[in-house]
Amino acid sequence: MSQIKRWFGVLWILAGLALAILLFRIAIHEMTSKPQIDTQIQWIVFLIVFLPIIAGLVIFGYYAMKGEYDHI
Amino acid sequence: MNQTISTRGIWRVIGASSAGTLIEWYDFYIFGSLATVIANQFFPKTNPTAALLSTLATFAAGFIVRPFGALVFGRLGDLMGRKNTFLLTLVLMGGSTFAIGLVPGYEQIGFAAPLLVLLLRLVQGLALGGEYGGAATYVAEHAPPNRRGYFTSWIQTTATLGLFLSLGVILITRHALDSNAEASIKKFNDWGWRIPFLVSILLVIVSIYIRMKMEESPLFKKLKASGNTSKNPLKESFGHKANLKMVLLALFGAAMGQGVVWYTGQFYAQSFMENVCKINFDQSRTILIWAILFATPFFIVFGALSDRLGRKRIMLAGMLLAICLYRPVYRQMLHSADIPAVAQVSSTAIDSSSRQILLQNGFQYTEKTSAGNTIALDKKLESGSYWSLVGLVFIQVLLVTMVYGPIAAFLVELFPTRIRYTSMSLPYHIGNGVFGGLTPFIATLLTTTYTNDKLIGLWYPIVVAGFCFVIGLLYLSNRIDPDVTD
Repeated sequence: MSQIKRWFGVLWILAGLALAILLFRIAIHEMTSKPQIDTQIQWIVFLIVFLPIIAGLVIFGYYAMKGEYDHI
Repeated sequence: MNQTISTRGIWRVIGASSAGTLIEWYDFYIFGSLATVIANQFFPKTNPTAALLSTLATFAAGFIVRPFGALVFGRLGDLMGRKNTFLLTLVLMGGSTFAIGLVPGYEQIGFAAPLLVLLLRLVQGLALGGEYGGAATYVAEHAPPNRRGYFTSWIQTTATLGLFLSLGVILITRHALDSNAEASIKKFNDWGWRIPFLVSILLVIVSIYIRMKMEESPLFKKLKASGNTSKNPLKESFGHKANLKMVLLALFGAAMGQGVVWYTGQFYAQSFMENVCKINFDQSRTILIWAILFATPFFIVFGALSDRLGRKRIMLAGMLLAICLYRPVYRQMLHSADIPAVAQVSSTAIDSSSRQILLQNGFQYTEKTSAGNTIALDKKLESGSYWSLVGLVFIQVLLVTMVYGPIAAFLVELFPTRIRYTSMSLPYHIGNGVFGGLTPFIATLLTTTYTNDKLIGLWYPIVVAGFCFVIGLLYLSNRIDPDVTD
C-alpha cells in the first residue's frame, strides 16, 4: 500500500503541473477573446486563488512520494 | 446525575452554536438568492464601474475573502479563544447584512451605493470564513469522544437550514406585499427585497445574547491556563510540515469533493431547474425546499453513523454515489420537466409572440416564438412531475448529508487543539468557497461552450469528486481519534 501511495504522489505532482498549464491557457484564451474588464477581473481572481491551491497539490504529491502519508 | 448535567450542557452548547451559524448562513445566502434584484438596484449594467463592482462582489466575496476570513479569524480563535471569536464573526455578519438592507439605491446616491454594497459583502465573506470553524470546534471540544460525529452533525445542518430559511423568507415576502401576485412581486423588486436583510438583525441579537452567556471551550481554557496556546497559529499550521501535510490531505482528500457535492445538490440543482428545465421561479424553489426538509434529518443520521463506521467510509460512499448518480439523476430531471403528450385545455395569447398553454393534467407553460424557433418557458408542473423532481433533488441532498454530516468531526480530529481553529477553517473554506462555489460558474461555462449536451456541466463536480475520492481512499484513515485534547 505504501508503494502505491508513493507512486500516486508522482501522479499528483504531474496533475498539478498539467492543471497550472491548463489554467493559464484557458485564462489567456478567455481574457483575449472577451477583453471586457469584468472578464479579466474574473480570471485574474481565478489565477490568484488557484495557483496557490495547485502549488498545494504539488506539495501534497511531493509529501506522498516521500512517504509522509505511509503511516496514516 | 453528572451525565444528565453534561447532556443538558452539550445541548445548550449545540443550540447556541447552531443558532448563530444558521443565521450567518442565512445572511450569506440571501445576498446570493437576491443577486438579480440587488444587481438592478445597485449595479446597473449601463455603468461599467458599477458592473465591475458587481463582478467583484460575486467573485471576491466567495473565493478570496472567505478563505482569508478563515485565516484571520482562525488565528484569533487559536489566540483569544473560540467563544469571543465566533461572537465577533456573528456581530460582523449581522451588522453588514442589516446595513445592506439600509443602503440607498444607485439612483439615490450614485456610485457610493455599489461601493458600499461591495464593502459590506466583503465583510460578510470575511465573517463567514471565521464562523464555521469556530462553531464546529466549540461543539466538538464539548462533545464526548464516542459521540463527536453525532453532536457536531447538528452544526452541519445549519448551512442547509440557512439556505432553507433564506428561500422561505424570500418566497413569503415576495408574495405577502400585495393581494395581487404581480403587484406583490413588483413591490418586492422595488423595496421589499430589503425585508429579508432587515429581519436578520432580530435573529442576530437573540443569537448574540445566547452566545454571550456561553462558557469558553473547556479544552481551550485548559490550554490557556497551562500557557500552551500557540504563539503564531498561522506559522504552526502552514509552516510546519507535520501539520501542513494534514491540511493538504484535509483539502484534497475530503473538503474539495464535499464542496462540489454540496453545491451541486443545493445550488446547481435549483439553477438547472430554472435555467435548463425552464421551471418557474416559485416551483424551482419550493421543490428545493421540500427536498431539503425531507433530507435534513439525515445529517444527524450520517453524523451518528460515522461514530460507528468511521468518517472516511461515509464521506467517500457519498462521493462515489454522487459520481455514479449525477448524470442519471439529471437526465431524469430533464425528462420530468418535459411537456407531457396530453391534450390542451386552453391557449391564451399573452402578446404577439407568446401564449400561455394549459394541459389537461394541469401542466402549464408559456410558449414563445422567436426567429422561427418555439420554446417553452415558465413551466408550472403538474403534481406527478413536481413530486418526481422533489424526489430527484432529495437524492442529491441526501448525498450532501453523507459527505457533509461527518466532516466537522473529521476535521476537528485531524488537528491539535492549539491550532485547530486555523488549521480546519482553511481547507474547509477552500473546499466549499472555491471548489464548491465555482460549481455554477464552471457548469454554466461548459454548458454555454458545448451546447449540444445539457448535462455537460456535471463533469466538473464529477471530476473533482472523483479526484478527491481517489485521494481520500488512498491516504485517509478511517480510525476515529479518541482523544482531541492533544
